[in-house]
Amino acid sequence: MPGLEELYREIILDHYRSPRNRGELDSPPATKVDGQNPLCGDEITVYLQLEGSGDNAFVADVKIAGQGCSISQSSASMMTGVIMGKKVGEIRAVSRRFKSMMGLEDIETEAGDGEVDLGDLEALQGVMKFPVRIKCAVLGWNTLTSALDEALNPPE
Amino acid sequence: MFDVDAIRAEFPLLTDRTIDDARLIYLDSGNTSQKPRRVIEVMTTFMEKTYAPINRSSYRLAGEATEAYEGARHAVARLINAPSVDEIVFTKNATEAMNLIAMSWGRANLGVGDVVVLTQMEHHANIVPWQMLAQERGVEIRWIGLTADGQLNLSNLDQLLDGAKVLSFTAMSNVLGTIPPTEQLCAAAHAAGALAVVDACQYVPHNVTDVQAWGADLVAFSSHKMCGPTGIGMLWGKMEILDAMPPFLGGGNMIDAVTYDGFTTAPVPAKFEAGTPAIIEAAGLTAAIEFLEGIGLHNIRQHEMQLTRYALDTLKRRFGDEITVYGPDNVEVRGGVFSFAFRDLHPHDVSQVLDESNVCVRAGHHCAKPLMKTLKVNATTRASIYLYNDEADIDALADGLEGASDIFSF
Repeated sequence: MPGLEELYREIILDHYRSPRNRGELDSPPATKVDGQNPLCGDEITVYLQLEGSGDNAFVADVKIAGQGCSISQSSASMMTGVIMGKKVGEIRAVSRRFKSMMGLEDIETEAGDGEVDLGDLEALQGVMKFPVRIKCAVLGWNTLTSALDEALNPPE
Repeated sequence: MFDVDAIRAEFPLLTDRTIDDARLIYLDSGNTSQKPRRVIEVMTTFMEKTYAPINRSSYRLAGEATEAYEGARHAVARLINAPSVDEIVFTKNATEAMNLIAMSWGRANLGVGDVVVLTQMEHHANIVPWQMLAQERGVEIRWIGLTADGQLNLSNLDQLLDGAKVLSFTAMSNVLGTIPPTEQLCAAAHAAGALAVVDACQYVPHNVTDVQAWGADLVAFSSHKMCGPTGIGMLWGKMEILDAMPPFLGGGNMIDAVTYDGFTTAPVPAKFEAGTPAIIEAAGLTAAIEFLEGIGLHNIRQHEMQLTRYALDTLKRRFGDEITVYGPDNVEVRGGVFSFAFRDLHPHDVSQVLDESNVCVRAGHHCAKPLMKTLKVNATTRASIYLYNDEADIDALADGLEGASDIFSF
């Protein structure tokens, strides 16, 4: 099954087997956001702890909880590795680059996005050939985006 | 002799369509069924030779089209043993029929504190319309629970029905395959003074249906799950109940008279068929019903019972404790729907690997999220059979699961 090998690469299975940064953070102070894929019922929870403010805010800690398939879980696991310690602006650039790799056309790229290093996330490009699974791959990222927005602009 | 090969030969998609040079093993009929050649041809021919508006133009062609549309009503009435053709209402789909019931009958008859009884194995289509009513006017919803093997727990039925105005339940679960005792439930509803509503979507395509023997009041089902086209669903109801219900959607065809001051409605069924209906689809539906009748619903049920037995046994024999198939083991009370958990693999991954060998199954919550909570899972993988499936299809499913096992062995 050559197609499937492209999808289920070893590094993806490794993140699925041993997800990084799995668990919870106390909320507050951390921001907690739930994400859902209504298609399959997958649920993911992102716990995000930012430190600093404005342009200097960076990820002090991030944890992932919830259940999902190998693609959504490994993507979220890789995501935590990539964003840990990074500034918000950098994270948004990685997110844009990742989503455009997934072929999501409504993503407006910015100058410099091309040079962003996706690290392990590159392994997920095989998902492109399985359009139904793209939603799985971006579930963690969409939830992270909500968490970033909420952390930077906490509801009254 | 039930000749699956001959039946499959009637379905162009199942014989001619290939992916990666191999035919498809379609095990997703609980979702929607494939279409036999005669349905496709009847719809094409209808558009080429007979298509015209119905019920509103006096030329001969329009008369022929109207006759074809009304012919579908006769076919449906015959299929479910309805006492009167006028009791068949065409809707967009079964979901719309369920909404029609909740919004028309429900709004006219339910108020604060009134009780609607549902079961824990309902499809969202038989949950959300009632929840909309609950939000709108404070209706209370009670739930019939399940036994460990996925049958209805009827031990406290009388208590649940006490004071209830409606009992609405599926005649066959789209997740568990469970076929509850429909006659007993309708009788219990009536004994409690409640309306008996049956979601028969999964039942009608696979069984001999007799709404009079059930003793039901309102029954919803769809065309696309029984070899017919999408875009047309059915509501059957006792005439005195339909007659007393207010209209659901307003517009053309459903009126008797309209003035600047108001309107009066046409008699049932036109009262519930606002706007231009699914005329072409109705012609296709007739062909689908005739196709099923030609094979015999009784024979289809017998075939599916045998194949269900084979599937349950095969999955158990080949995978033992690695697989959990939900729902009853007794094929007398279950249909050919197999939702399962395979090892600790996520259903999306299972279905992805199965797709590689062209085995088409559904992965997800099957529009029954509350039931998923009861089963303590987020999702399941579901294979579902129909008249065109055979033992080789089940074997292909099992072979595909071996493949999934290999990829995710860690």
